[in-house]
Amino acid sequence: MGKRILLGAVAILLLLAAGYGAFYVAPEERTMGLIYRIFYFHVASAWAGMDAFFVCFLCNLLYVWKRAPKYDWLAVSSAEVGLVLTTVVLITGPIWAHPVWGIWWTWDARLTSTFVLWLLYVSYLLLRTLVEEPDRRALLSSLFGIFAFLDVPLVFGAIRWWRTQHPSPVIMGGPGSGLEPTMKKVLFFFVLAMHVFAAFLIVERYILEKMKNEVDLLQREAEAL
Amino acid sequence: MPAPTPTGLRFENIDKRYGGLFALRRVSLEIAPGECVVLAGRNGSGKTTLLRIAGRIVRPTAGKLSFPGASSESSTEGRPGYVAHTTMVYDELSAEENLVLFAKLQGVPQPAERADELLREVGLYERRTSLVRTFSRGMRQRIAIARALVHGPSVLLFDEPATGLDPLGISWLAKSLGDVHRSGCTVVMSLHGESEISALATRAVQLDAGSVVADTKSGASLHSILTFGGG
Amino acid sequence: MGLFSNTLTLLGKELRTEFRSRELLTTTVVFILVVLILFSFAINPTSEESRDFGPGLLWLAILFAGSLMLQPCFLREQANDTLSSLRLAVSDPFAIFLAKLMANTLFLLVTEILMLPLFAAFYNIPILPQLHYLLLVLFLGSLGVSVAGTALSAISAQARMRELLLPLLLLPILTPVLVVSATVSVSLLDREPVVQWKGMAFLAVFDLVFLTALWIFGEYLLEE
Repeated sequence: MGKRILLGAVAILLLLAAGYGAFYVAPEERTMGLIYRIFYFHVASAWAGMDAFFVCFLCNLLYVWKRAPKYDWLAVSSAEVGLVLTTVVLITGPIWAHPVWGIWWTWDARLTSTFVLWLLYVSYLLLRTLVEEPDRRALLSSLFGIFAFLDVPLVFGAIRWWRTQHPSPVIMGGPGSGLEPTMKKVLFFFVLAMHVFAAFLIVERYILEKMKNEVDLLQREAEAL
Repeated sequence: MPAPTPTGLRFENIDKRYGGLFALRRVSLEIAPGECVVLAGRNGSGKTTLLRIAGRIVRPTAGKLSFPGASSESSTEGRPGYVAHTTMVYDELSAEENLVLFAKLQGVPQPAERADELLREVGLYERRTSLVRTFSRGMRQRIAIARALVHGPSVLLFDEPATGLDPLGISWLAKSLGDVHRSGCTVVMSLHGESEISALATRAVQLDAGSVVADTKSGASLHSILTFGGG
Repeated sequence: MGLFSNTLTLLGKELRTEFRSRELLTTTVVFILVVLILFSFAINPTSEESRDFGPGLLWLAILFAGSLMLQPCFLREQANDTLSSLRLAVSDPFAIFLAKLMANTLFLLVTEILMLPLFAAFYNIPILPQLHYLLLVLFLGSLGVSVAGTALSAISAQARMRELLLPLLLLPILTPVLVVSATVSVSLLDREPVVQWKGMAFLAVFDLVFLTALWIFGEYLLEE
């Protein structure tokens, strides 16, 4: 319990520090003014979200191999946290785009791919709600999770190479836009803070899932009597 | 088809869990080649699960299943024949087409001849080109049995064979199972109550809540097991 | 009795079943037809614009049709638990998938080829000059739909709401196929056609990735 509180405290502190950094330490951007500062939040969420999905993928593989329920609990926890972070990316994108470009959505390659990523993991969670038996649910969702994650590089590749026939506004610095050293440091710190925060959320969600399973098991045993 | 190699069944500490609930709990059972064993027990006692594990359709959560006496685990002979409530054949294919399909898949030599042979044995030869969809309950069971026997198994597993059969059907089934048993096949079947079919049994085992609670081999009476009185 | 012969035997079974009832083919053909017509009501193609988005709509129709056509794939094995008897009979469970995906690809291709003349007429797009390349991209794309769809239909058959679930699972996974196939088709049917070999190669990679994944994980999809 103590470790959990410690992790939570560290996560929140880091996040606050990162937020401070984004607003006060990072230098002014030439054209965009205040709104650009959401960039740090956006990019950090994107990285942390992707890493969360990677953890989910590893857990899916481990579950299929070992069949230990804890891998399934970790998989659903990291998928949910990944989905939340990905939602943040999808929301902060338009929040940035509207004042700058005057439009809400730009079909920018990365944002579009992120949307597909979001859909894939929504499907993953939806699949889980549609299978009642825990072992079956774990196996089927692990297998779908594996297929989904294998699809991710294909999605990003296809959209990047074949969807940019219509040049569109690029959200927050595509390749070629340089970052000042201070910006890089602030970004790195924000990414780190986001990862720690994501880890904290995943741990808490994991413990919740573990308890839910234990209650569920007791219920089923009671019904069987 | 050559006579089956006498093969037994050995369950060693078989567990089967579904999401934390035990369907089978440390079941250990040794069935000798040539026995005709009846599995009895209430609904939910684990009979079907045990048979499905023996039939290699379901994998146990723990424990080991082996077939002592089988010439080779992976050859078709080592594979048990399994008959369930459903026919496990295709409604949209004819009886003949189904049997040829399963014969070909399992590498049975001369699949068409084997199919015809089986159809004659189970009395479906006249209806061999009819789609299984048109079959009555009794005929469906016959095609199911034929499918299970296609590869000449040494072990036949039968889940509640008498369900839905009229007395004529039960008599026919009892005779067929008797023939199969006499030809050297080890038979394991799950049953409710006494009938012409249970009379074939050389041994009975009672399951309750996933465990073996009585066995005629250990002295319990066949009658009491079949009426769930044992254990 | 090996993988190859089992696959051929099962493929024969899939084809025989379908040609007897033709239910998959007819419903898929009609569905694509309806979708193509409805698209034209919603968008009103003039001949210039239709070259740009016509192929895309065709691929969209193929994806929708595919995700419906693939639903019965494993569902029909549940009726009499034939999936269990197949699993017992074959030496390698991959044969079951291989046979089904080959059959599904074939059904999709037959449907598409039947649709092509109508598509060319509705959207005023000449297809004959580039027909061989068009068939290639149709094959590679349909193979992708089929491989992913066969795998996922084994999953959705074991869940609730399976009719709605398969499209939900399949369509996001197929976005790379849609994007690339549509783009390659558009440039093939352009006034100055270009064959995008990179695109074809990408589709082939997609097919290979999912085929390999199916080969590795297939037996778990069939597990009970």
